[in-house]
Amino acid sequence: MSKLETLGQSLQAQFGERLKSLKLALGEATIEVDAADYLQVMQELRDSEALCFDELIDLCGVDYSTYGNDGWSGKRYAVVVHLLSVAKNWRLRVRVFAPDDAFPAVDSVVNVWSSANWFEREAFDLFGIVFPGHEDLRRILTDYGFIGHPFRKDFPISGYVEMRYDPDQGRVIYQPVTIEPRENTPRIVREENYGDV
Amino acid sequence: MAEIRNYTMNFGPQHPAAHGVLRLVLELDGEVVQRADPHIGLLHRATEKLAETRTWIQSVPYMDRLDYVSMMSNEHAYCLAVEKLLGIEVPVRAQYIRVMFDEITRLLNHLLWIGCHGLDVGAMAMVLYTFREREDLVDAYEAVSGARMHAAYYRPGGVYRDLPDRMPQYTENRFKSASTVKTLNENRTGSLLDFLEDFTNRFPTYLDEYHTLLTDNRIWKQRLVNVGVVSPERALQLGFTGAMLRGSGIAWDLRKKQPYEVYADLDFDIPVGVNGDSYDRYLVRMEEMRQSNRIIKQCIDWLRKNPGPVITDNHKVAPPAREGMKSNMEELIHHFKLFTEGIHVPEGEAYAAVEHPKGEFGIYFVSDGANKPYRMKIRAPGYAHLAAMDEMARGHMIADVVTIIGSQDIVFGEIDR
Repeated sequence: MSKLETLGQSLQAQFGERLKSLKLALGEATIEVDAADYLQVMQELRDSEALCFDELIDLCGVDYSTYGNDGWSGKRYAVVVHLLSVAKNWRLRVRVFAPDDAFPAVDSVVNVWSSANWFEREAFDLFGIVFPGHEDLRRILTDYGFIGHPFRKDFPISGYVEMRYDPDQGRVIYQPVTIEPRENTPRIVREENYGDV
Repeated sequence: MAEIRNYTMNFGPQHPAAHGVLRLVLELDGEVVQRADPHIGLLHRATEKLAETRTWIQSVPYMDRLDYVSMMSNEHAYCLAVEKLLGIEVPVRAQYIRVMFDEITRLLNHLLWIGCHGLDVGAMAMVLYTFREREDLVDAYEAVSGARMHAAYYRPGGVYRDLPDRMPQYTENRFKSASTVKTLNENRTGSLLDFLEDFTNRFPTYLDEYHTLLTDNRIWKQRLVNVGVVSPERALQLGFTGAMLRGSGIAWDLRKKQPYEVYADLDFDIPVGVNGDSYDRYLVRMEEMRQSNRIIKQCIDWLRKNPGPVITDNHKVAPPAREGMKSNMEELIHHFKLFTEGIHVPEGEAYAAVEHPKGEFGIYFVSDGANKPYRMKIRAPGYAHLAAMDEMARGHMIADVVTIIGSQDIVFGEIDR
């Protein structure tokens, strides 16, 4: 039995019903859990002897609203966490969808892994996903006083405001953007097996 | 008696020891740091958002600009992730070339790091020596890709082209006499591999020189030993990877533990620290340079003996040869489709990580089957390391903050993305 299958079985044994899906593809394991179970599952992933995920490698937000050609019917925002077990030498991806599209919120795992701190701040900054339980949820990558969440799919690539030095006022000012966003190569999703690939 | 209050000080964003644009808000009690709050994002370019509007191949050059002192390692993670989604095989020669250039990149990164770290801490001469060596290595970059920094040499499916047979030469001008040019060109008469072999033969001596300058140097040890100690448990909690994790005594290296490309066939050792302080991390990185040199030597040997293709012959991914395109209809179509529409990557998601000089550099892709990524996430090692700044600097003197920044090996291109 391969390592990946062993991991799959351990996950199944540990969580059973709480796993909404378990996928083993491209040599990687992905599980999906409910937002209500998320914190508890993460705690067990770290503490369980059979799984032993001692390091949180990455946490990021994903906005699924324009996924594929046919439109996305599920929840809009997801948080995707990449875990690594140094002890067991395996990896896991955990996805949890935020239940409310208007006010996306997912429990914070900062008390399980300290490294989640900045990653959650980033997801909050770029996607507007709120992490209850995080004590210091400030913006991190965008400018002081930035408005909006730039990585949402409905945020234009060139943004809303630009900054320049105004010689009349003798200071730096914000003004509406003067450049038009353009698309050199259109985004195309081909049907299955197009061109035999 | 006067009331004693904590003092808040801005360190950066324009401070030479901040390694770029770090604004560090330090809360001080006298000279002792009570709280360090890094404000980042001053170099934020939204690379991940840009990648969503570019085809898969167009984002490769953006990777160079992330961690701009280890360019090819960034491309490597990107290409590995795309290849994982596509499920294509990379020719073995391309894998060896990638590994060789990964290690050259590691030398480039560590040389810059030790030079600048020395400069920050007060060893002003280091940077002069390390830039002498870096010069040779960026020349190797230039020989394969034409660019000294932003190479865009790795492509999904292999590398852009095979190693060149001759090195660029110095020419005589107003500033360089014929005899100077002759000396400068001495090791450039052969191929790139000859040039690199000459370098790997010289490099261990250089490393010994650095050790003589720093390792037992009293000032160096006073500044580094017991500064920024991280226990192995905390290092895992804080998401450390690479030399930061190994400095704390955990023997974790993706090249050994989860080998990619041909690392499994190569012979090298993983240095591990004991105390988890800045001095141990310094020693770990110094030894890593020696090991990289060993790996480069092995790659040179293999590459000399084994010619072959360097990019996949799947023309849905890599462009066909120029001659074929001129004479063959099908290849012309492939060429046209590839350069107008780009690669189509099957629907799915993948995470690929490499042992970047700074730690684990990973790329996470969500693809919906389009000619562009749906979402790309860059996992930058420095991001997790800088997040630990508060914990590492607390209780230290303000001068030690500079040592800690230096030993974290911070580059803002990757942290701010």
